[in-house]
Amino acid sequence: MVVIIDYDAGNLTSVERSLRALGEAPLVTPEAETVLRASRVVFPGVGAAGAAMATLKSRGLDEALQGVFARGIPILGICLGAQIILEASEENDAPCLGLLPGRTRALPRRAGLKIPHMGWNRVRFLREHPVFRGLPEGAEFYFVHSYFPDPADPALVLGATHHGVDFPSAVGGRNLVATQFHPEKSGRFGLQILKNFLAWDGAGAQ
Amino acid sequence: MLSKRLIICLDVRDGRTTKGIRFLDNVDVGDPVAMARQYYEEGCDELVFYDITASSDRRDIMIDVVRRVAAQIFIPFSVGGGIRTLDDMRAVLLAGAEKVSVNSAAVKNPKIIAAGARDFGSQCIVLGMDVKQVEAGAAIPSGYEVVINGGRTPMGLDALWWAQEGERLGAGEICLNSIDADGTQTGYELTLTRIISQAVSIPVIASGGAGTPEHLAQVLTAGQADAALIASMVHYGAYSIKDIKDYLHQRGIPVRLVW
Repeated sequence: MVVIIDYDAGNLTSVERSLRALGEAPLVTPEAETVLRASRVVFPGVGAAGAAMATLKSRGLDEALQGVFARGIPILGICLGAQIILEASEENDAPCLGLLPGRTRALPRRAGLKIPHMGWNRVRFLREHPVFRGLPEGAEFYFVHSYFPDPADPALVLGATHHGVDFPSAVGGRNLVATQFHPEKSGRFGLQILKNFLAWDGAGAQ
Repeated sequence: MLSKRLIICLDVRDGRTTKGIRFLDNVDVGDPVAMARQYYEEGCDELVFYDITASSDRRDIMIDVVRRVAAQIFIPFSVGGGIRTLDDMRAVLLAGAEKVSVNSAAVKNPKIIAAGARDFGSQCIVLGMDVKQVEAGAAIPSGYEVVINGGRTPMGLDALWWAQEGERLGAGEICLNSIDADGTQTGYELTLTRIISQAVSIPVIASGGAGTPEHLAQVLTAGQADAALIASMVHYGAYSIKDIKDYLHQRGIPVRLVW
């Protein structure tokens, strides 16, 4: 059972719809017990890290996520879900889930650089990973964010993107993979990533 | 590097598009879902559905369009036209739109921007602005005034001020339409677009006046727009999305070329 975690962080319907288009019947749930029974977990979301963490905790979803991560269940984080898997966020200094070591940082603010980073951009994939197979040269993905995940260990950075700075746009370790961009809004190549994730056994990058 | 976006606008009335003759072979002319799907496959970066349905009791038809679009189109799309309340926003977003655009409702009640940003996130809230050039003066120092009702009603608001106020209130993006250029197909209003884009840190979509790929190149360079909205250029078959993107690419403008 593929579970999409509902923690009141933005519109989850587009993730659900894209998985349905791939022939999957995902279950959107706010319940920790259901997450713990999942065979695969999608962790999407937009919004602020602090508020999201508060909701996750109030529903016991923080421990549920730590539980499924420890058990090797494949997890896909998207956008905010790629940020709060780290230990903490610069956004309101919020403590986060700590599934991977590192922090979420703000994109630089300077004249002429539009924030949020909104639109299509390339990802330079730095490591072979089953979830990012089959993507052509020049593929672009849809971003909308002002913060980005910055893992402490460079080995956890799977892909990078440029907007003012080079920042990690795909991260992962073990059975967890996460994208700062929105695969569900990134056309055919985004769907390819979701399809790859649905077939992934959770064995990490190498 | 962030690509400049090519955004196609579909006007929808009572669930049918009001422009477009090129889809004669295999697409139902006038079906917004079929047209959107075609543009998606042809490499459009984003879509805007502008609901010009007059009566509010037919709004459910638009929600149904949004739901059907969302089930088969996997790029961002927004819905504008007649969005007046948080409930209007919620209905459109839950049906699967990525963003909602507020225009005259925001001028009349600016709090809707802040409330929408709070409830749904700034990234969902597009501030649509219709702007007309006027003589610069004490009330309108930039010489550009915000108007509503298709340009018929001047609001006494300076466009530059309103753009910055919209950003402050929590809009995630601005869709800037020049009433003077709209429908002329003689080019975007470059000065207006540049001063607004420089005055805010959020992305600005230029709208009104597109007739040739050169017009898009101008507004994305000299006009400093982050995205360009087009309609008739593609609806009547004068250009394909690929024609336009190839031209922009040759001009050194970053665009998404693989889809």
